[in-house]
Amino acid sequence: MYAIVTLVSGLLFGLGLAFSEMTNPAVVIGFLDVFGDWNPSLLIVMASAIVVGMIGYTIKNKRLKPLLGGYWQVPNLRHIDSKLVVGSVLFGIGWGLSGYCPGPGLTALINNPSEGFYFVSALMLGSGLHFIQTRITNK
Amino acid sequence: MDTIFNPLVGGLLIGATATLYLLCLGKVIGISGILSQLLFNKERFLPFLFIAGLIIGGSVYGILTEQTVAFPESRSPLLLIISGLLVGYGTRLGGGCTSGHGVCGISRLSPRSITATLIFMLTAIITVSVLY
Repeated sequence: MYAIVTLVSGLLFGLGLAFSEMTNPAVVIGFLDVFGDWNPSLLIVMASAIVVGMIGYTIKNKRLKPLLGGYWQVPNLRHIDSKLVVGSVLFGIGWGLSGYCPGPGLTALINNPSEGFYFVSALMLGSGLHFIQTRITNK
Repeated sequence: MDTIFNPLVGGLLIGATATLYLLCLGKVIGISGILSQLLFNKERFLPFLFIAGLIIGGSVYGILTEQTVAFPESRSPLLLIISGLLVGYGTRLGGGCTSGHGVCGISRLSPRSITATLIFMLTAIITVSVLY
């Protein structure tokens, strides 16, 4: 059951990205191009997703455990540190360069393979560099 | 109307999925985090299922329907590699991307996620205004 919900979640999430055309980097760049030919559709995507998500959290807060058992694994960090700020700055620059964030970037493997290959390889490498860095600094 | 319908339905679907995932499994959807679990955790089965589903779900619709905006012509590999490195490293350092911080984090009014989202939106807007 755990596996089925995970797979279905992946499928539906991907479908949501595709339906809103967030899987197309040209649409994302159009949204980020506030000073040019601005396409506000990502704002509608974010707002509608957040409203539904808020309903989800309200229901969650009334329940002791997830429906399939186990325990809530929701991040509860509250402090704002330099890692959060620097990481977000780097991510923002990378996102603006290509119009790909991680989810839509992965779908580019099929939608736009000549771009997807380079982006996803580098995405995994970047993620790996951080993994190695934390391994070294934690030793 | 046409311009609002797709982003609205897509957004509702993304929010509903995040809610399903949260209420059933107790976890937050963050694509950058799930991808790094797939790559570097010992338990790879669930992250694999999620990422496989995401790629299939995100591609099927694009193939079956007509997008309103054409896909970009393939851009320079160097640009894509630099972008991928920054997105991969930045999302792990900052602890999340558009899904984890932007959708799930803002939904629970996390000050960290609201800050992160404002920062990456702003730097992305600046990058695009310089580059395009």
